[in-house]
Amino acid sequence: MTQIRNFSIIAHIDHGKSTLADRLIQYTGLVSEREFRDQILDTMDLERERGITIKSQTVTLPYTDRSGQEYDLNLIDTPGHVDFSYEVSRSLASCEGVLLLVDASQGIQAQTLANLYLAMEHDLVIIPVINKIDLPSADVDRVKDEIENELGLDSDQIILCSAKEGTGIEAVFEAIVNRIPSPSGKKDNPLTALIFDADYDLFRGVIISCRVFDGTLGPGVIIRLMSNGAAYRVEEVGCFRLNREPRDRLSAGDVGYVIAGIKTVSDTRVGDTITLDGRPAPTALPGFEEAKPVVFSSIYPIASDDYHSLAEALEKYKLNDAALTYEKDSSAALGQGFRCGFLGLLHLEIVQQRLEREYDQSFIMTVPSVQYRFTLEDGHCISVDNPQYYPDPVVIRGSEEPFIQASILIPERYMGAVMKLCLDRRGENSRFTYPSPGRIEIRFDMPLAEVIVDFYDRLKSVTQGYGSFDYDFIGYRESDLVKLDILVNGEKVDALSIIVHKDRAREWGVRACDRLKDEIPRHQFKIAIQGAIGGKIISRSTVSPFRKDVTAKCYGGDITRKRKLLEKQKKGKKRMKIVGSVMIPQKAFVAILKSKEE
Amino acid sequence: MDRPGLYVHVPFCRTKCPYCDFYSVTSLSQVPAWLDALQREVLIYKDRFGTFDSLYLGGGTPTILGSRELTQLMGALFEDFSFTHDPEITIEANPDDITKEKTVLLRDLGFNRISLGVQSLNEKELQFLKRRHSAKQAEEAIEVVQASGYTNLGIDLMYALPGQDESVWMATLRRIVGYNPAHISCYQMTISEGTPFYRMLRHGRIQAPGEERERAFFLLTSAYLEENGYVHYEISNFAREEKTMSRHNIKYWRHVPYLGLGPAAHSFLNGLRWWNLRSVAGYCQALDCGRSPIEDRERLTEEQVWLESLFLGFRTREGIKRNLIEGSPNSGRTLREIQSAGLVTLEGDRIIPTRKGFILADSLPLLFSH
Repeated sequence: MTQIRNFSIIAHIDHGKSTLADRLIQYTGLVSEREFRDQILDTMDLERERGITIKSQTVTLPYTDRSGQEYDLNLIDTPGHVDFSYEVSRSLASCEGVLLLVDASQGIQAQTLANLYLAMEHDLVIIPVINKIDLPSADVDRVKDEIENELGLDSDQIILCSAKEGTGIEAVFEAIVNRIPSPSGKKDNPLTALIFDADYDLFRGVIISCRVFDGTLGPGVIIRLMSNGAAYRVEEVGCFRLNREPRDRLSAGDVGYVIAGIKTVSDTRVGDTITLDGRPAPTALPGFEEAKPVVFSSIYPIASDDYHSLAEALEKYKLNDAALTYEKDSSAALGQGFRCGFLGLLHLEIVQQRLEREYDQSFIMTVPSVQYRFTLEDGHCISVDNPQYYPDPVVIRGSEEPFIQASILIPERYMGAVMKLCLDRRGENSRFTYPSPGRIEIRFDMPLAEVIVDFYDRLKSVTQGYGSFDYDFIGYRESDLVKLDILVNGEKVDALSIIVHKDRAREWGVRACDRLKDEIPRHQFKIAIQGAIGGKIISRSTVSPFRKDVTAKCYGGDITRKRKLLEKQKKGKKRMKIVGSVMIPQKAFVAILKSKEE
Repeated sequence: MDRPGLYVHVPFCRTKCPYCDFYSVTSLSQVPAWLDALQREVLIYKDRFGTFDSLYLGGGTPTILGSRELTQLMGALFEDFSFTHDPEITIEANPDDITKEKTVLLRDLGFNRISLGVQSLNEKELQFLKRRHSAKQAEEAIEVVQASGYTNLGIDLMYALPGQDESVWMATLRRIVGYNPAHISCYQMTISEGTPFYRMLRHGRIQAPGEERERAFFLLTSAYLEENGYVHYEISNFAREEKTMSRHNIKYWRHVPYLGLGPAAHSFLNGLRWWNLRSVAGYCQALDCGRSPIEDRERLTEEQVWLESLFLGFRTREGIKRNLIEGSPNSGRTLREIQSAGLVTLEGDRIIPTRKGFILADSLPLLFSH
């Protein structure tokens, strides 16, 4: 009888998770060399480009061990970024063990730790694997020490491999079947299956990825989602090879997919429990949370005629991304658009790039904001994630902003630079631990707002790429907030307004004026750019006019050449937003988010 | 009703000037074949353009042609096209080609306007520009033309040359104004891709004066000539009085029909613009085989006509009709903005560029485009 093992691979970004997954798939002969593309599991272009996994993909690997015992090994891939830590936790909840992958030259990083803690919370068997041992810079002994000392794992248990070269792969398989327990759970119990992912298929609707803990389900049964009570008739169940492979049923211990005529992924919730409508389980599986957006930004079409096309694109995109929220928004400067909520800044970037590339949209995205809380004089408490709805300052009694605990792991020599960066970002209550000689873990309480704009890029840059970063929410704290407006030739560009801590307002104002000055092309007249709080101007810059652009010749009747030049410029103008009589290029809205000192 | 203009491109020069990007070749052996082909081209357009009131021989160097060739050419034009009783007939002339005999010939052939390519009266500049004449030759040519009774003399000059000093330019300009020509064209040096100057610029061997200095040159030139009674009627053109403005050139700026004959010449009629092959050999071969020498054509869309009207209008003292921009978003506000920046004035139903507006003529249309 076939045995089952359910496992994930967890690793810091770039430690070779996808490569190892590919090698495991290849080893089992699931895919021929011809079909093999590197990093099969990362299907989205964006993932390939950035080397990170965004949407998890699951695969069932057939494996026969030395004694001839057959196994179905369910590899549950996990997203590799802090924005998606809830998704990661649901994937891990579906496993009995994990491969903890550590780069042989980089050693343990912040995410390695964060992932390890997650795995320990779920009581998983942890198999430490040192990858990339073929690198010239590999320092296996040092990394072994780190694993033993910092993670408290037995160094005898460590497997050495090079996923790239394909060495040590068999040892990985043997460890999976020998050390990870087979799933418990009973077929005869009422059904409980954990949803850890959902995907959208144009023809079949939502494809739920789930782990069955108890009971069994197959085509024809009516299932119920326990968070909202919605019931659906199951059309098909099966397991993931590289494509979907239908089966008669999924039973306790299995990992696979369910198709049940569900229209959009928003109708399903990651972490929700599936049970049978006719014989429901008494309680849902633990750990369910609604995905809550923490970063907000508005998007506006570049050309206002494109509003409907953008609306359609969002609607289609949303079919496949339950975490994105959006609603209508409008701006005096930019017209009709949408206010969107994201799980984090990476999620925001993913949505932005996919809308641009896959849905061919061009739009302007405003400065991301967190959700602030204001207590008003009349006792009401309101949440504001859009600077447009910043209340009249005279009625504000108190204001609060969300804080996180940042955990930053760095070589000791960067401590000064990182301390400065965190203090500049209003970090407070710093704590240090020294997990191993030469390395330091810094923890800071920081406002989320300070982290969502270019913090990670700056950290990478001040630590020359060695710094790693992870964070957790710790709640709301009182904060002195103001609204900063940006005026272009006296006209407020509402899409550039931000809510910001009072002490940081001037800096932001100067930076915005400075950045806009570089990005707004010279016009025929002078352009004044100002930062203002209420009626008070706190920063300013000027775009001086250009004064001569004409070329002398336009004779002999060759008007066409000149007109073509103008037509080209005219096209460029279409990518601009007109505020009053000033043309602001799309990239100006992005530029004010970026640090200059890079 | 505006009458059409006729242009003939004479694509021959004795030597190439390093700044020029008009089409011309130095192999004069091709002249007979060109003249032959041109006469065939004339037949294609016979009866298609109505009555012309201007004829312009441009180049290249039209005065390179000898008396037999010029006579043959003018004969063909006047035989197959009809002209009003008082057409403006211009020839571009190089000072080194001008002799008393030549001016008599030109007058006998019907030319009543000479556009003299002086460019500069400074020896060093003339050498830098690789012109074939000296300053003295240029002044003698002016005197010869004036002495032979031409009242409609135009002088072409160039300024904002690499390394040029304002005082040197002003000295040239003052001397020219001293001759009191009916028309002066002052072309700001534009270094176009594909010219020897362009390569020199890229290799850092010459340097353009830059936006601010070019602007200063322009304003100075305009102010000086207007103080001396000239009308600055187009970016590069100044006329002693209304009636000595270039009747022919104005047609290009107003979408008036024109027919261009010869290699690389452009034509425009009823919203259609076409242009000939930019090759003497190709042009001749096509016509020899009875094929059209047209390289390409375009039918202007309404929007293209609008855009052209705008950018051409902003280059002239006529400006544009105000209603041209009325459909544009924010046009009222933008208009106020450029008005208060001193770039345009409103006169009746027209928007007129000021001196400062002229030098922004290329970008003003974009302000009003959608």
